[in-house]
Order: sequence, then C-alpha cells, then structure tokens
Amino acid sequence: MLKQLRQYIKSFSLWDLLIGMKLTGRYFFKGKITIQYPEEKTPASPRFRGIHALRRYPNGEERCIACKLCEAVCPALAITIEAAPRADGSRRTTLYEIDLFKCVYCGFCEESCPVDSIVLTRNHDYHFENRGENILTKNKLLAIGDKYEAQIAADRAEDERYR
Amino acid sequence: MMEGLLLLGLIVIKIVAIILVLLLTVAYLTFFERKVLGYIQVRIGPNRVGPRGLFQPFADIIKLLCKEIIIPNASNRYLFIFAPIISLGTSIAAWSVIPFQKSIVLADINAGVLFILALSSLGVYGILIAGWASNSKYAMFGALRAAAQSISYEICMGFALVGVMMAAGSLNFQTIVMAQEGGVWHWYWLPLLPLFLVYWISGVAETNRLPFDVAEGESEIVAGFHVEYSGTAFALFFLAEYANMVLISALISLLFLGGWLSPFQGIPYLETWFSFVPGIVWFLLKLSFFLLVYLWIRGTFPRYRYDQIMRLGWKILLPVTIVWIVVVAMAVQFNVAPWFAS
Repeated sequence: MLKQLRQYIKSFSLWDLLIGMKLTGRYFFKGKITIQYPEEKTPASPRFRGIHALRRYPNGEERCIACKLCEAVCPALAITIEAAPRADGSRRTTLYEIDLFKCVYCGFCEESCPVDSIVLTRNHDYHFENRGENILTKNKLLAIGDKYEAQIAADRAEDERYR
Repeated sequence: MMEGLLLLGLIVIKIVAIILVLLLTVAYLTFFERKVLGYIQVRIGPNRVGPRGLFQPFADIIKLLCKEIIIPNASNRYLFIFAPIISLGTSIAAWSVIPFQKSIVLADINAGVLFILALSSLGVYGILIAGWASNSKYAMFGALRAAAQSISYEICMGFALVGVMMAAGSLNFQTIVMAQEGGVWHWYWLPLLPLFLVYWISGVAETNRLPFDVAEGESEIVAGFHVEYSGTAFALFFLAEYANMVLISALISLLFLGGWLSPFQGIPYLETWFSFVPGIVWFLLKLSFFLLVYLWIRGTFPRYRYDQIMRLGWKILLPVTIVWIVVVAMAVQFNVAPWFAS
C-alpha cells in the first residue's frame, strides 16, 4: 500500500523525468570531445593503411624491380604490372597500376615487397573528381611517394623493431 | 478617410514587425536547437558558417528556398500546396493576441484565449490536409497520428486553460497577466501547478515535438506528414512547427508565469533595483527558458509509443485536469487566501 503510494507520488511529480533531465543537463556543461577535422586530426598509427605509394632510393632510383609479388598476393586483384628491361638492362615496370575501387587496403602488397617499394601511407583523406582517376598509375604512385617520403620513412623506422 | 488609412498602415507595420521578429526567432531557434542538442551529446554543433556558426540558419534557408518543390503526380496538387500555407498561417495569426507588455499587443480582444485555442486546432488541418493530399501511405499515417494526438491533447490543454480562466475570471490575456500581479508566488504556476504541468506536456504534444513526435517519427514512418514535401513547402512546415513552439512557450509564460511581470515584485530592494528592466525583457526571458526546456526535453527523452501517448492523454492528464479544475473552482468560490482572496 505504502509502496504503491510512493510509486504514485513518484510518477506524478515527474521524478524520473527530472533525473533524466539532470543527466543531460550535466552533459550539457561537460567538455566537448569534438575534433575540428580539417584543422585538427586524431593521432594515427604508423601502421595505418591509407593511400598507396611507390618509394625511391635516396639516389632517386625507383625501388620497384617488377618481381610481381604484390600482384600475385593481392586478394582483390587490384594491381596490374607489366615489366620490360630498361635501356641500362635492369628489370623495371613499364606499367604499375592500382585500382582503388578494387583495393581492400589489406597491406599484403607492402608485406610481400622484397625491396620496400610499394607501401601504404597514413593518408586516408584523398578524393578524385573524375571518372578513371581511381586508377593510380605508376607516375602518380611515385609522385605520392616523393611527396610523403619523410613521413613514410619515419613510419617504417618506428615500426621496424616489431617486424 | 486619411485617419483610417493611417491606422491601417500602423497595423500593417505592427504585423510586419511581429512577423519579422518571429521568423528571425524561428531561424535562430533551429540554430539554437542544433547547438543545444550538440552540447547535450558532448558535441559542438554547427560552427562553420560565419562566426561561431551564427549564419547557419541563413545557409539553411537559402538552401531550402533554392530547392525544387516536387509535386507528386498522384497528389492533389492544390491542397498539396495549400497545406503548408494553412500550417504557417494559423501559427503566425495566433501571435496577434499575444501581449508583449502591458498594452503592447496587436489585437487586444476579450476572447484571446479562445482565439488561440481555435487557431491551434485549425493548425491540425494543415497537417491533415498535407498527409491526405500527398497520397502517400507514410504521409497518411503521419497525418492520422497527428490528428488523433492533437485532438486528444487539445482537450487536456483546453481544460488546463479553463482553470486559468476561472482563476483570472477573464479570457483576455492582459487581464489574466494582471491578475497574477504580486510576485513569483502569486503567479498561477503555484496554485495551478498540476494544470501548469499538464499544459506544458500537452503543449509539447500539440506541437508534435519529442517525445510526442509520432506524427513525424523518422524511424517509423520516414518523416510522417511531410515526406513528400521539399524546398519552400517543406520550409513552411518547418517554420510553422517552430513558430508553434515559440507560441506555446509564450502562452505558458503568459498564463502561468506572469508574462511581463517582474519576478522580483514584492521583494524589498530587488524590486527597486530591477525596476528599470522593461516588462518585455522578463517576458522574453521566460519565453526563452521554455524554449530551452523544449530542446532539453528533446535531447533527453525517447519517443513515446503511440498507445502510451493515448493512455497518457486520456487516462492521466485528463483526470488530473478535471480534478484540479474542481479544486480551483472551490478555491475561487470560497476565496481561498492567498491567491484567490478577492
């Protein structure tokens, strides 16, 4: 009887609603956790697998020797490679393309690469504006590699001891 | 002749002033809503357009005005266009009897409360017609739900108002406010506390706001009665909903919180210190407080199930109001001090 009465008083005084509003009211004044994205970014792991890049040696020679291991290991068949001897007799790729629509960013290509040529950078915010730009050609990949070489090298160095 | 024209011009100017301020309030209410909801959810809310995001409402308005109004082939196109106009028209017209301060009112009519009740019931037609004219099942469901809900809550609302009318002995808003004179404890929220709460709950339900927004119910029936609307027509519904929110907040502060009366009335020192504040400031403060509570409630409670809404309206709010009306009638009849001692 008394319990029932208490229940009535509780529900008619909107007690539970007030408790709920107290909770949201407290959150209203809490510090906000929003990150203002283009200006601020969340910290990313050095192992982050973002857009691909082809690296060069410090002397400017491209690392890729057209072994086609990445093409073979790619689970999504996103990589296409054609190879031929260069004028100086070394084996190089004439065509190295990655289809970003097919790519699943598993990172197997990077794992398989014997010369650390193809890598996944930590850049995740890229876009294309025209049809066909989803195919990353060799020149584009090399350009990405040149642009972010410092970051790429630093990330590899940091992760080195766990490999 | 000349004087008549002058009077007409003056009235038109007043109307334009009220509507402009109202629309601006509505625009910033949407901004404020997004900010408050964001803050409750530990986010920041819109802050990109203009300084601190202050131009966000204009960006929204321009976007909506530039969009195409798509009229479904199967719809009744005249009613389809007419429905948002009814919605907005009624919610703006109701402002004509709201006094902002003593004798600052567009139309000081003696049946003000009745007028408001009539217009807020008419507003349901906008929703009902929109849902029917769209010829879409979701819109139809939304409209039916809105109609059933508004009708049941209008009864509680009307009865809550009856209590106020009895206590004040008038239907005129200015008289009602003046009857509450004498400090915070004389405002009607205290002697009519149950009616105050009932009026607020049914006001929230009447404007189809959360937690009573089954008429829109995004997760159940897409967007309810305005699924088929886009562009300006949608903007009108949006404006109407928010104008109604402002209206309900204005009404509750007039009827239960003493409108433009200063809360420091009757308190020594404070009364004189704050006597320079014009009444309209108090009125707007009270109004803004209720708008904040609207948003706060939206950020806190989940949506009611449909049968729960009906149960709350008919089985709880209505009996409570009727009982309290009887109590108020007794109190008024026997001049119970301190509120009803005539």
